[in-house]
Amino acid sequence: MSDFETDYRHAKPGQSGPGVTDYLDLDTKDETFLDATELVLNMGPQHPSTHGVLRVILKLDGEKVLGTECIIGYLHRGVEKIGEHRTYAMFNPYVDRMDYVASVSNGLGYCEAVEKLLSVEAPPRAQYLRVILTELCRISSHQVWLGTHALDIGALTPLFYCFRDREEILKIFEKYCGARLTTHAFRIGGCLYEAYDGFEQDCKKFCDAFLPKLDEYEELLTTNRIWVRRTKGVGILNPEDCIALGVTGPVLRASGVKWDLRKAQPYESYKDFDFEIPTGLNGDTYDRYLVRIEEMRQSVRIIRQAVDGLPTGPIIAKVPKVIKPPVGEVYHSIEAPKGELGYFIVSDGSTQPYRMRVRPPSFVNLQALDKMVRGLLVADVVAVIGTLDIVLGEVDR
Amino acid sequence: MSLKPLLRKMFLVDLIKGLKVTFNYQAPSEAITEQYPLERPVIFERFRGQPRLSVNPDTGESLCIVCNLCALACPEQLIVVKGERNPVTRRKEPVAWTYDLSRCMFCGLCAEACSTDALELTQDYEMALYSREGMVLDQAALERGQEPTRYEK
Repeated sequence: MSDFETDYRHAKPGQSGPGVTDYLDLDTKDETFLDATELVLNMGPQHPSTHGVLRVILKLDGEKVLGTECIIGYLHRGVEKIGEHRTYAMFNPYVDRMDYVASVSNGLGYCEAVEKLLSVEAPPRAQYLRVILTELCRISSHQVWLGTHALDIGALTPLFYCFRDREEILKIFEKYCGARLTTHAFRIGGCLYEAYDGFEQDCKKFCDAFLPKLDEYEELLTTNRIWVRRTKGVGILNPEDCIALGVTGPVLRASGVKWDLRKAQPYESYKDFDFEIPTGLNGDTYDRYLVRIEEMRQSVRIIRQAVDGLPTGPIIAKVPKVIKPPVGEVYHSIEAPKGELGYFIVSDGSTQPYRMRVRPPSFVNLQALDKMVRGLLVADVVAVIGTLDIVLGEVDR
Repeated sequence: MSLKPLLRKMFLVDLIKGLKVTFNYQAPSEAITEQYPLERPVIFERFRGQPRLSVNPDTGESLCIVCNLCALACPEQLIVVKGERNPVTRRKEPVAWTYDLSRCMFCGLCAEACSTDALELTQDYEMALYSREGMVLDQAALERGQEPTRYEK
């Protein structure tokens, strides 16, 4: 029998071999799963509400979810391996393609990790520019999250509002570094581009215009009865589970844990700025929504302070043309819009890293899905995937 | 039924009120959609688009000195430059240039590395083709730049 025939996807009825249920490793494993009420359902990878190519196998009792199994890897491009075959400067554009809705943050984390390996620090002006751009990026990432999450739950208008307002941020990115999405904005040692004429005014204009628009989003959702009924008490994650699963970012903060790397281990110039860390109480989908909305407000506060205090001076530190870090290893993490984004780089003293490892927030946060959806309905699975704010480019890398 | 609600219903007051909101959002100042092929988007100065190889406008000779820095800087290794020394001017001149646009991700590292500013990424953005032939640009195509596209029915 050829391999093709033994492949489970082509298994004939009655033939033994791994089937779709063998992916399931559930506490309530049932030998005769296909009884009157229980059903195994495949969701994705082409499901529009899975935000990419996530495949979830659901075990259902009627409409109730008994357990899930996530199958990932449909968007695997081997980014870490690519990093081991490129020089340090060459790998910089590739990191933008992991979390493609927050590419500036990815670039910041990578550049900082290499800078730490080289024991170089970016000049103050570069640090402030980086803070402004990453906070703008945080807002734009949260806007994409809000628009698509609300669309999943059934509110169509926020999507158009969010994408309309996100355009202003993307214009700032395009004016600053020449690209809207895969920006390649920062270089190892600082920034390549000086702020363009009118950069400060553009940022301030955006901040002034954005706050009323944020109130407009809230007007549509926060007290909306349908929204509240669909999100309150859905996908509850308590702080102990969050810490045990390694969940970070707004999902962790919505459970009441005040952990933000910008405050806990300030990188760049975040210690210069005055901002709050919003936290939730119940750790449900509604709290995560409120935390992210408040985070956007805090980002506007940081941008305003950074634009006002933008120092003058050089924008890039002295970094050799051919980057050859000393032998050693480094782990550096930043607070990306979705959580802790870490880079682990091992250098063997050559121009290419010996090992490159990325700790993506989406990948780790996705592990909480099973815990959150057990006992809920199928429609809530969509809401929970939306609230985790995963990007499959980052999950699979 | 009293007279006031009846009149409200008869003259469709609520409907007009509702439609007023709708039409307010259709004011020209609220319209944000770009009518793309007819209306050209604003492209900013630092945009990274179609690559171009510059020539000296006076003499017509290429600014490229075949230093190979762009080919070394490219993460996708899609640039191949071959050159030979001109026996008359003692200057290195490119003889074969290829730039594989189908693999390019427009990171701009080649233009950054260029020592004579010969290679640059321009503001031209309409690079779609119907087939893969023509995606690999040679020196003449890089110097000529993008042909203007006209949309006709």
